[in-house]
Amino acid sequence: MDELYSLTCGQIRKLYNSNKVSPAEVAESVLKRIDAVDGKIGALVNVNKDSIKSQLLSIKDKKNGAFYGIPVVIKDNICVKGEGTTCASLILKDFRPPYSATVIERLRQEGAVLIGKANMDEFAFGSSCETSCYGPTKNPWDLNRIPGGSSGGSAASVCADETIAALGSDTGGSIRQPASLCGVVGLKPTYGRVSRYGLIAFASSLDQIGPITKNIEDAAILMNVIAGYDPKDSTSAKIPVPDYTKSLVNDVKGLKIGIPKEYFVEGLDREVEAAVKEAIKKLESLGARCDEVSLPHTRYAVSAYYIIAPAEASSNLARFDGVRYGLRSRGPKAANQHLIDMYKETRAEGFGNEAKRRIILGTYVLSSGYYDAYYLKALKVRTKIKEDLDNVFKEFDCVLTPTSPTPAFKIGEKLNDPLSMYLSDIFTIPVNLAGIPAISMPCGFTAGGLPAGLQLMAKPFGEETLFKVAYTYEQNTQWHKRKPRL
Amino acid sequence: MDYEIVIGLEVHIHLNTASKMFCGCSTKFGGQPNTQTCPVCLGLPGVLPVINEKAVVLAIKTALALNCKIARFTKFDRKHYFYPDLPKNFQISQYDKPLSYEGFLEIDVGSSVKKIGLTRIHLEEDAGKLIHREHGDSSMVDYNRTGIPLLEVVTEPDLRSPQEAYEFLVTLKNSVEYLDVSDCNMEEGSLRCDANISVRPLGQKTLGVKTEIKNMNSFKAVRLALEYESGRQIGLLGEGKEIVQETRLWDGALQATSSMRSKEEAHDYRYFPEPDLLPIVPDEMLIEETMRGLPEMPRRRRQRLIEIYELSEYDASILAREKKLADFFEETVREVNKPKIVVNWITGDLLGILNEKGLSLGDICFGPGDLAQILTMIGDGTLSGKQAKELLKEAVETKKRPADIVKQKGLSQITDEAAIEGAVDKVLSMNQKAAGDFKAGKEAALAFLVGQVMKETKGKASPAIVNQTLRKRLI
Repeated sequence: MDELYSLTCGQIRKLYNSNKVSPAEVAESVLKRIDAVDGKIGALVNVNKDSIKSQLLSIKDKKNGAFYGIPVVIKDNICVKGEGTTCASLILKDFRPPYSATVIERLRQEGAVLIGKANMDEFAFGSSCETSCYGPTKNPWDLNRIPGGSSGGSAASVCADETIAALGSDTGGSIRQPASLCGVVGLKPTYGRVSRYGLIAFASSLDQIGPITKNIEDAAILMNVIAGYDPKDSTSAKIPVPDYTKSLVNDVKGLKIGIPKEYFVEGLDREVEAAVKEAIKKLESLGARCDEVSLPHTRYAVSAYYIIAPAEASSNLARFDGVRYGLRSRGPKAANQHLIDMYKETRAEGFGNEAKRRIILGTYVLSSGYYDAYYLKALKVRTKIKEDLDNVFKEFDCVLTPTSPTPAFKIGEKLNDPLSMYLSDIFTIPVNLAGIPAISMPCGFTAGGLPAGLQLMAKPFGEETLFKVAYTYEQNTQWHKRKPRL
Repeated sequence: MDYEIVIGLEVHIHLNTASKMFCGCSTKFGGQPNTQTCPVCLGLPGVLPVINEKAVVLAIKTALALNCKIARFTKFDRKHYFYPDLPKNFQISQYDKPLSYEGFLEIDVGSSVKKIGLTRIHLEEDAGKLIHREHGDSSMVDYNRTGIPLLEVVTEPDLRSPQEAYEFLVTLKNSVEYLDVSDCNMEEGSLRCDANISVRPLGQKTLGVKTEIKNMNSFKAVRLALEYESGRQIGLLGEGKEIVQETRLWDGALQATSSMRSKEEAHDYRYFPEPDLLPIVPDEMLIEETMRGLPEMPRRRRQRLIEIYELSEYDASILAREKKLADFFEETVREVNKPKIVVNWITGDLLGILNEKGLSLGDICFGPGDLAQILTMIGDGTLSGKQAKELLKEAVETKKRPADIVKQKGLSQITDEAAIEGAVDKVLSMNQKAAGDFKAGKEAALAFLVGQVMKETKGKASPAIVNQTLRKRLI
């Protein structure tokens, strides 16, 4: 038998059902794997070694739970009561929330075992996991390369078998891009499908929590656990949650898939392009109809995003001021007791460069006199982008694109070139602006052995379509079975 | 040169919901610091607000009563500024789509009525309270108040004197009390007021440069601050100086305003729509139902009191100002159908006692039934007017029922003619001169004799019977 840590939720559930292994053995296997490989990868910022025993005790009566005994890693911007939750930022160093996020409550209710917290770009600002105050996470396929971001720790931990599944958050591609770069599955659910209560907000109108898993089935299982209306989140939808595992059907016959021409342009890596086009052919051979479509406003998506997201971020991050929790500067001026100086020095010390860049940008675009020219205009672009997609979904069941224009790049390569870094999310950002669901899954490898990913989008609350198409593709390919040599 | 004063007010009113605007914490006043807080109102990382629907209903009720239009689409916005009493460093408020707009409130100005325009009424959350230690080097923050639902009422610059501003506030407070949506207690901070004031030469159309006055903790302080500030502004203009647009603080001890921050230092609040909350589209049915359920407001009630009970304008005004007082009156009249007598007892004696003790109707146990009892006892001759007044005072002070006091003290009036005749005889024998005077036609002598009989009976004799008996004897 394969090592337990390398299995999927689906496989482990079968073993539990036939009483072949216990949650303790699975947890132990995962912890051993973490000990063995995380030194190289740096995916986790905190491993709950001390609490595993008590967690195993408390799930004893949850054998029927949908996530019973499954180890899961949580991105470090999701609050877990009493456990460090830092957003990989110095300003939240030592912060322990007195409450848990709704997704955590749901996981615990269904018997999950929380293994630890995953590294990320500071406050989810980044596409490479390099802006973390803990230092970068490395891509398990090539330790000189980034794992993608911001949920880079979550994706790398799944990829390196340091966990069975993980939760990430996605504001502009932060689940899908690292999933693509690490060769795993990542789903950004419809805005409102999963409660955001307890997710430390980056951009409230774009953020969604979602699963990062080893295959499509696991993503469906994890979605069954975390999706659904939450009275604590006014933006969560009062729409019933289907059993997503019922969409795991190996059949795409008659389905219409749109291929937007705006996504196959200059800047797209040739090998990635080839892999995605090969995938299109595969789906066609399985009975899907793939036609070119146009999403004309795609080219404005990154610009609009870099106004809306920083605007909301500058507001959401205003609360980190040293008054109540987190870092309080002991700097020279803060010591002279002036409130303004304490604010300034705390925020200067506590936030990294990218966070500062976005706070400044967001503050600027919301300033009186600039609001209409920037923020309001960006909102109009956002509406146009959504209209483009609405139109396509009138005729097509889903849209297929590359997830990221390039495979994983080298650590340090884009860190000082924010524009080029921002362009890593060029294909994922429109999905967040439109509030629709999208999934990334592996669809090939470059000659250098780096994973390439494809992205499927569907209309709002069309997760079932995504699972169906993705599952069919996965059942007829072998990409998800490859593992990095560590 | 003569100047015209132009004033606009911003009034903040705590809504009396049981829980806060965006979380389930209690809104009760006076708890130990930071005991009525939760992750949501403390603005901890990751929390989300949820709208208290009761607050929205109360806000709609108030807006309708103040003749406002209700927006069919309204939303919340974030208003940003850094201050330790604001845990998120933004306040959830309303910016360009307030809940209601274009209302008015009528106030009395001398003998005429003036309509004061209301620009808007919107909902927001309150901030916490900083407690500055007198000795020591730190300040403390109490977040119990953080997140309490606030109604902000903004007037047009329609007020023309500090007295009008005062009158507006009193009328607004009365209206809000009628609606039972707020405690309106300025000491507890459940009603607060800022003022914008400018002056201009009489006849000039354009507005002068305004200042905003803050930190006034009573209606009287508002009037005093505006009197001071208008004087200051007129003085400056008189000297040929310019008025600086700024925010000024009223100092009650110094009885003066002083500069807090200039226009350049003013905050840029960077408003933008609150992404964590959905816009509100008020239900038409709810608006209609609320409209139908509105109580009678003070001015209409005053009119009705005049028409139905034939009260004077003055008496009706006093009663209608305070809902509880008008209710007290109408309930008493229901039992003792003598409106004029009842109103005199309420506005004269009862309010006199309350004023003297610094109490309000809500503070005492004395109810309409108790007053009715006293008035009935006067009517059937059990009590004299003087006894009744003493009884009222005692009942208010001791919280005892009037009938019990009468029984306990044997306070009833002597109506037994034989007993009174005995007293009359005694008095007449001791005051033969006065008796002679009366017989000689000096009417005033009778009053003296009545007084002596009353004294003899320790005030218990019925004055009417004493009077009769004396006349009978002396003629």
